[in-house]
Amino acid sequence: MALPQEKLTATEERLASLAMPEMCGCTRAAREDALARVQEMGLPGRRDEYWKYTRPDTLISAQAPRAEVFDAGEPMIFEDMDNLKIVFVDGVFSPEESDDLTLEGVMIDRIEDICGKDIHWAKELYGALESRGQTPVPRPLAALNTAFAKDGVAIHVTGKPSKPICLMYRHASETSDAMLHHVIRVEPDAEVTVLEVGPAASRFNKVMEIDIADNGTLHHVRAQGRDHERRAMTHMFARLGTESTYKSFTLTANGVLTRNEQVVELTGDDAVAHVAGACVGDGDFHHDDTVFITHDAVNCESRQVFKKVLRNGATGVFQGKILVKEGAQKTDGYQISQSLLLDDDSQFLAKPELEIYADDVACSHGSTSGAIDETALFYLRSRGVPVKDATNMLTLAFLAEAVDEIEDSEVAEKIVNRLEDWLARRS
Amino acid sequence: MAALDQTQVKEGVDQETVDAVREAGTYKYGWDTDIEMEYAPKGVNPDIVRLISDKNEEPEWMTEWRLSAFERWTKMEEPTWAMVHYPPIDFQDQYYYARPKSMEEKPKSLDEVDPKLLATYEKLGIPLKEQMILAGVEGAENAPAEGRKVAVDAVFDSVSVGTTFKDELAKAGVIFCSISEAIKEHPELVKKYLGTVVPVSDNFYATLNSAVFSDGSFVYIPPGVRCPMELSTYFRINAENTGQFERTLIIADKGSYVSYLEGCTAPQRDTAQLHAAVVEIIVEEDAEVKYSTVQNWFPGDENGKGGIYNFVTKRADCRGDRSKVMWTQVETGSAVTWKYPSCILRGNESQGEFYSIAIANNYQQADTGTKMIHLGKNTKSRIVSKGISAGKAQNTYRGLVSMHPKAKDSRNYTQCDSLLIGDKCGAHTVPYIEVKNNSSRVEHEATTSKVDDDQLFYCRQRGMDEEEAVALVVNGFCKDVLQALPMEFAMEAQQLVAISLEGSVG
Repeated sequence: MALPQEKLTATEERLASLAMPEMCGCTRAAREDALARVQEMGLPGRRDEYWKYTRPDTLISAQAPRAEVFDAGEPMIFEDMDNLKIVFVDGVFSPEESDDLTLEGVMIDRIEDICGKDIHWAKELYGALESRGQTPVPRPLAALNTAFAKDGVAIHVTGKPSKPICLMYRHASETSDAMLHHVIRVEPDAEVTVLEVGPAASRFNKVMEIDIADNGTLHHVRAQGRDHERRAMTHMFARLGTESTYKSFTLTANGVLTRNEQVVELTGDDAVAHVAGACVGDGDFHHDDTVFITHDAVNCESRQVFKKVLRNGATGVFQGKILVKEGAQKTDGYQISQSLLLDDDSQFLAKPELEIYADDVACSHGSTSGAIDETALFYLRSRGVPVKDATNMLTLAFLAEAVDEIEDSEVAEKIVNRLEDWLARRS
Repeated sequence: MAALDQTQVKEGVDQETVDAVREAGTYKYGWDTDIEMEYAPKGVNPDIVRLISDKNEEPEWMTEWRLSAFERWTKMEEPTWAMVHYPPIDFQDQYYYARPKSMEEKPKSLDEVDPKLLATYEKLGIPLKEQMILAGVEGAENAPAEGRKVAVDAVFDSVSVGTTFKDELAKAGVIFCSISEAIKEHPELVKKYLGTVVPVSDNFYATLNSAVFSDGSFVYIPPGVRCPMELSTYFRINAENTGQFERTLIIADKGSYVSYLEGCTAPQRDTAQLHAAVVEIIVEEDAEVKYSTVQNWFPGDENGKGGIYNFVTKRADCRGDRSKVMWTQVETGSAVTWKYPSCILRGNESQGEFYSIAIANNYQQADTGTKMIHLGKNTKSRIVSKGISAGKAQNTYRGLVSMHPKAKDSRNYTQCDSLLIGDKCGAHTVPYIEVKNNSSRVEHEATTSKVDDDQLFYCRQRGMDEEEAVALVVNGFCKDVLQALPMEFAMEAQQLVAISLEGSVG
């Protein structure tokens, strides 16, 4: 079907502002396929049902809107931890700031090197999961990323590396428009923790394709930087093999616009996928979590836990879906999305969906929205806790269910500290 | 005493449920009435719209209203967002108007109505005699006569064939008649309210309905009146290749109360038939309307052949403060259902409730739910939806709860449960939740599961066969909704639940 004129124009304008990297060699075919997908689907428009609650205008414009670089005056969240740092500045790999990329149990290469080094798995994976993730719902910004991403890493996990791999995204220029595309392959029985931190750029489009083989495990924790004016559009595509585990947690504080899509496919029996997020927003803040989990194997478990604290006109969006395919019996699917509205100007928009074609399943979802519980507040105050402290305490307790999804206690503690700081700055 | 009566009824019903399961033939309303019909030419165009308007002897303003609706309809596109699939409908290959020949001269009273028509309704269990009770209600003979009266408006294809208890209702000031009569006799009321809840251009099917609706019911309850009996409309599609487009308008003026029932059936045919209705309810200050539907259109046979395409727009506007509306629906029929009875909670402290059971078996597809739009302060809404899928059916709950910034201190509770019987069917939930203030509380819960093996085992251990056991468990699953129905309907619904699931086990 031909695209509506408005969409066609927007797509053409955006495509005209981009060029495929010259050194893309073996990924060229995947990139050209992705470009064809973008041209066919068109970039998201405000009339698209999947973009009902988030306006895509500033994510698809030819020029990235300016975003002031914010100096938080403190190190980035996982900077002082023992981990292997891979640093990108405005979406460009920085070898000077990064650690040496050798670590036992894992091989790390830049995307531009996968052709020269003939890294087969990465060539095959690049764009493959993104392409699968285009049905039943199109995700044109992910295809745009596959076609035009200039940098990224290929992480091959063959064992159990001794420390986490930390992708640090620094923001340096007010007009930066970055696209990163990472591919990760976790081999059977291997296990890794991947951390992501930082605002990355004024406008950031990131795709991460994760292929987890049987019995493999990937933990993912990210904290999306505090820059108030930054915009981010991220996609995580994960495919899970038999008895594999994928656990992802995202902390988002501020940022004028964020949309995080998670597209998870459970293709092997007994696989486990947990996707969680905590977001705190104040003022001009729009945060969108869009999750699509497909159960296509027997006895798999999926959990979605999303908590949002909103104030001063902030908007929180949750679109979550559990799709249970025919034959995916014994599925255990759970989804919860909750928002705490700290004042009357903020809003929460949710669309928690279930689509189920198998009968022996237990799927449930819940969604709530409301203010701080007056009774709980009264209880704390009657025991001498000042209003502000009591409110903060209850807010943290509200977010706890999401933070609890992080298995590494050191990482979880850092996340909690950040949340406490955020609350402290605002009370 | 009341409690005891209820227990007796329940015991009786369980037995009936069991009997119903044993009964052969799944759709017992599948017969047709051999009666001479008069058709308008096939298709829809301004001439047909004028013809329908003419047949109903409508005033000029009504004809104009219809024509402008038709004009808009030609520019609209059929919606495709619902999770239902059916071959494209040829809107020009339908009859938009069909009435029994004998209705050419409008009968002045029920005595003049063609006996064949009366017999039809008799057979459906809806006698059009002004008698005290609806047939098939056990134990109702002993109930006090006052409480058991039900006034019925019977619609046969495109026309209303008669309305019972009109005089008695008139004494209370209640107007209950067909909408064609209301347009002639109460034009000021129709003009004031028609199209104010569901605007002409609301959606594709509502717009088509606005252009070609042929009949339906009209209810006006004056201020402070508690309608002395339940009102009921029974819709019957009889003619082949005929679409039924009815329009219902209910106005509950300040402080009034009415309970309204709607039932529908159609003969068993190989080709799908179209039904696109619009129901508008206006609820003024302190008024309350209870609207209950048992939808049992022909669902198509076990291979998915035939059946009714049911595209319905139902909406209630709680205009006054403290007004209340309650939708209860049991959807067991239709090949395709596309229906979202909604509440606009405009008045402060107004309340909306939605209770639904949707059962889809064989190749049926149901996409149904509700919209609760909270505009006034302190408004409350409650949604309880039970979806049951069996065979190769698809059942979708689609709903919206919207708390506007000014709807302070409002409350919503939503519960959607789906039950799957068999591994070839589907159950889906698509809720939209929009909260734009923080003093309101919104809760949404949904679960999907299959018929519990332990419960089945328990029933079978006590000598029930598998189908009986499933029917019993399913009735238990639907209990919350069945309890919200008026008694006559509750029993019919309970039986329907069992019948609709027949053949889905094993």
